[in-house]
Amino acid sequence: MTAPLEFINVTKDYAGFKALDGLSFDVQPGEVLGLLGHNGAGKTTSMKLVLGVIAPTQGSIRVLGESPTGHASDRLRRALGYLPENVSFYPQLTGREVLRYFARLKGAAPVSVDDLLERVGLTAAADRRIRTYSKGMRQRIGLAQALLGAPRLLLLDEPTAGLDPQVTREFYRMIDDLRGQGVSILISSHVLPGVEAHIDRAAILGRGRLLALGSLPELRDRARLPLRIRLQGQPDPEQTARVMQPLGFALCPPGPVLELQGDPARKLEAVRALLALPGVTDFELIQPALEDLYAHFNRHDGEAAPCMP
Amino acid sequence: MHAVITVAVKEYRDGLRNRWILAITVLLAAFAVGLAYFGGAASGSVGVTSLSTTIVSLASLAIFIIPLVALMLAYDTLVGEEEQGTLLLLLTYPLTRGQLLLGKFAGHAAILATATLIGFGAAGLLVAGDTGELGDVEVWRAFGFFILSSWLLGCVFLALAQLISAWAGEKSVAAGVALLVWIWFVLIFDLLLLGGLVMAEGQEGGWLARLLLLNPTDIFRLANFAGFEAARSYTGLTHIAVGPWFQPAVLLGLLLVWIIVPLLLAQWRFARRAL
Repeated sequence: MTAPLEFINVTKDYAGFKALDGLSFDVQPGEVLGLLGHNGAGKTTSMKLVLGVIAPTQGSIRVLGESPTGHASDRLRRALGYLPENVSFYPQLTGREVLRYFARLKGAAPVSVDDLLERVGLTAAADRRIRTYSKGMRQRIGLAQALLGAPRLLLLDEPTAGLDPQVTREFYRMIDDLRGQGVSILISSHVLPGVEAHIDRAAILGRGRLLALGSLPELRDRARLPLRIRLQGQPDPEQTARVMQPLGFALCPPGPVLELQGDPARKLEAVRALLALPGVTDFELIQPALEDLYAHFNRHDGEAAPCMP
Repeated sequence: MHAVITVAVKEYRDGLRNRWILAITVLLAAFAVGLAYFGGAASGSVGVTSLSTTIVSLASLAIFIIPLVALMLAYDTLVGEEEQGTLLLLLTYPLTRGQLLLGKFAGHAAILATATLIGFGAAGLLVAGDTGELGDVEVWRAFGFFILSSWLLGCVFLALAQLISAWAGEKSVAAGVALLVWIWFVLIFDLLLLGGLVMAEGQEGGWLARLLLLNPTDIFRLANFAGFEAARSYTGLTHIAVGPWFQPAVLLGLLLVWIIVPLLLAQWRFARRAL
């Protein structure tokens, strides 16, 4: 089975500005790929290319094995679902009316509208105007819209931007369900907490280039980010430094809490030493999170930060 | 074709939903009845004047109202969708840019058709009923022609509004340009022609009459006045406009050209618009 989505050395120029620069990655069947980067890193441009709304300057894109701007584009568009970043839909129409309109345009069965409303939990609000919807409800209508016609590839552009944590969790629960059904998903985000547990691999973009691509453990290995240990209690800083130095752990500059940073491979040794250290009442091991990886791969000089906040 | 109809139906429903259709219909009907009633005031009498006389004054009024209504209806047809974020979304659907434009135009044209037909039509029935012209086929032909040409005039400005919308980057810019277009065609153009006519001192009216064809509102005026014997006698305009170009059917054809050309330009412009 071919990859639902493939970028092969794609470059996109906008009047002298390189939005994408030699970008290559793929999304495997049933995979959730996180497209991560700052605003302007090329996430939305990538999605527009997949959708065939714009054409690449160089390179090629294969969506379900076809070119998105070629003769198969109409068929492809029926097999894709897209949730754009800022979409307020038609405030004067009800949720149901909006979905019916898009269903008709996509050639999806009108009965699927009610199912989808149910699935995103909007049945009760279906006949209210979009104007009265909260941000979270609008995103859910947006997701229902993207799911019209049971797409095999789903593109979600910053789906949780501006949503509160509770709604974000619910949103990702729906994403997990979809992955369970074998839908391939490309999800872009610059809000990292939350996305971590729900993606199979992350593609980190910066200034239109692919900075890193891989699963989180792979990226962690590659980045060799230090393990952080946060200490509770009143250990003597000097003694702590003396004990921990030989184990490859350094003390971070004084802050509200005492923090150490060092080689993750020597975690167990470090923990044993800490247990023997007087004054330590508790400690916390902090694995590098996606956010740290992201900051790491976004740093151009390649140096590790002395102590991360 | 299916997609065009879907878009058109949605636009038409929007027109019903936000009461645009109702508002325009009532406005047109009120003006028509008002003109019929007060139309004779200049000659010293107030009361219902005949429908045939009313058409002449109604046509003069329609020149101001219809383009304005059409521009207001459609100036944000694309920029509005863009600002809502739905333009990009629509274009990821199995729908070409041309189909989207055409669907929107068709929907708006249907809104105008409903409003002119019901608004003017109801007023016409009311006036004719009062003056005993209900059975006069000639009057109804002229009135039908007036409604048809009003609608076409509206469609011209819908097409121009689409062109504006395809060009403008923002809704506020589109609104401003739409207003300028209205002022140009409805006010300034004729003033300039009039100035030209005065300067030419009536020596050569032929080229000036041709220039009238560059303004859809003048085409509409000519079509209604020329197609109408009563108007010929007391509107000076139609005296200079004689010849094969000024047959009512030809003038309607010219209005069609004025619809098709801006639509094609809008299409061309929209196709090149970056998203």
